[in-house]
Amino acid sequence: MSVPMREVARRTFAREFNDAHYTFKESDDERAPVYLLLPTGERANRVFVVGTLTETEDVGDESEYWRGRVVDPTGTFFVYAGQYQPEAAGVLRDTEPPAYVAVTGKPRTYETDDGTVNVSLRPESITVVDATTRDRWVVETAERTVERIERFHAGVGEYVAMAKEQYGEDVSDYEETVVTALDGIETEAVAEAD
Amino acid sequence: MTDLRTHAEEIHEQFSDELDLTVEDVEKRLETLVEEYKVPMEEARRSVVNHYLEEAGIDREDIARGGNEQVALADIDEPDRWVDVTAKVVELWEPRSDSIDQVGLLGDESGTIKFTKWAKSDLPSMAEGTVYRLGNVVTDEYQGRYSVKLNRTTTIEELDEDLEVGDNEVVVEGALVDIQSGSGLIKRCPEEDCTRVLQNGRCAEHGEVEGEFDLRIKGVVDDGEEVYEVLFDKDGTEELTDISIEEAREMAMDALDTAVVADEMREKTLGRYYRIEGPTFSRYVLADAVEELTEPVDPEAVLIKARSIA
Repeated sequence: MSVPMREVARRTFAREFNDAHYTFKESDDERAPVYLLLPTGERANRVFVVGTLTETEDVGDESEYWRGRVVDPTGTFFVYAGQYQPEAAGVLRDTEPPAYVAVTGKPRTYETDDGTVNVSLRPESITVVDATTRDRWVVETAERTVERIERFHAGVGEYVAMAKEQYGEDVSDYEETVVTALDGIETEAVAEAD
Repeated sequence: MTDLRTHAEEIHEQFSDELDLTVEDVEKRLETLVEEYKVPMEEARRSVVNHYLEEAGIDREDIARGGNEQVALADIDEPDRWVDVTAKVVELWEPRSDSIDQVGLLGDESGTIKFTKWAKSDLPSMAEGTVYRLGNVVTDEYQGRYSVKLNRTTTIEELDEDLEVGDNEVVVEGALVDIQSGSGLIKRCPEEDCTRVLQNGRCAEHGEVEGEFDLRIKGVVDDGEEVYEVLFDKDGTEELTDISIEEAREMAMDALDTAVVADEMREKTLGRYYRIEGPTFSRYVLADAVEELTEPVDPEAVLIKARSIA
């Protein structure tokens, strides 16, 4: 196919996202997409997250460069938007935390002076959403994560092999965070049924 | 060799009632054509079948045309296959080149597919709304979309029947993660049967025209596993965004810019979850029904699954 397929937006909790540090390309082409390898064995060129925007700060020197902290039940996504993401930067500037936000964006890695790799999110879009959207995302992300962990244990797929090589065989942290995240969901539907 | 053998067996099967022949006879004929004369397998097969048809005194029309598989349009999922289809000409389009005699859309119960009929094939004309049995058409693929090509060897038989054209209806659920450029309040060319979207007040076909306002969204719905490109027409866009075309025009007039409409639409819809129903057309889902997923989700099922693996 000559037209590249649009990359799917992976669902991952902040805990797993921030543990990831290994990036790769599938070809030598300069414009080939860069993938972040998730520890449960999936490649992510794009992610979709919904969480609570708890803080925003303009960390830019000469031009605006906004940093937002988007918190999910397992940790914090760091979202950076500057002059090349004017809409997203505008939302970070104008939104009064705390607020639920949905972010579609690309993973970016950054190596600090001491050699650790930080992962952040460069948004393609940020919108303010409501609590039910956030809960739906938590359940969906839990489901996708469980599916990845199942494939990981079954040893299915080249990215599982890659993840085992880069991050090791232990994914128990992510199993626990899935349960924790789901436990925290207000189960109105269940409560009503009881 | 095994490929030859398979074809030979199929041809043998086809004629075993009428003719006294062995699989080896058939295989030998195929082999001569394919190995010695470098004839493509499909052509060789056709030629061998024709030989036996003649020998058996069977009219070609009486038998499943050269042994091609009769396929449903929705099952066409690989290029360069020779197949037979029974389909209605749903639409005829204007050919863009003299080399094309007819081009348009075929439909059967399973769905629709584009077809092309070459001028040099010298085939009879097909009419919109008529059902045909088409023997020996070739499948093709372009950018993930499939089509069928009629060719010199294609048989066209008009059938005196109608069929209900299926619409490849799908239901997709996921987050709306993108609204692409060209969405929002647009202007279309007012020329009859044109409807092209104007770029800077110009139609690619008719030049500068007084455009007519319309609403549309080219959106992307993503469930974390699959990406769906969804087209919303005016009604679909109004349903999705709760912005009517009148409101959109007022917004654009106040701002002296149509871009504000798409911006507002993005703000109201991106990052939310939707269920969308509608037919697929090539790589797009055409949104007929749109529903925002606002009911609380029950985490219980996922929780049970999560606990079972931990």
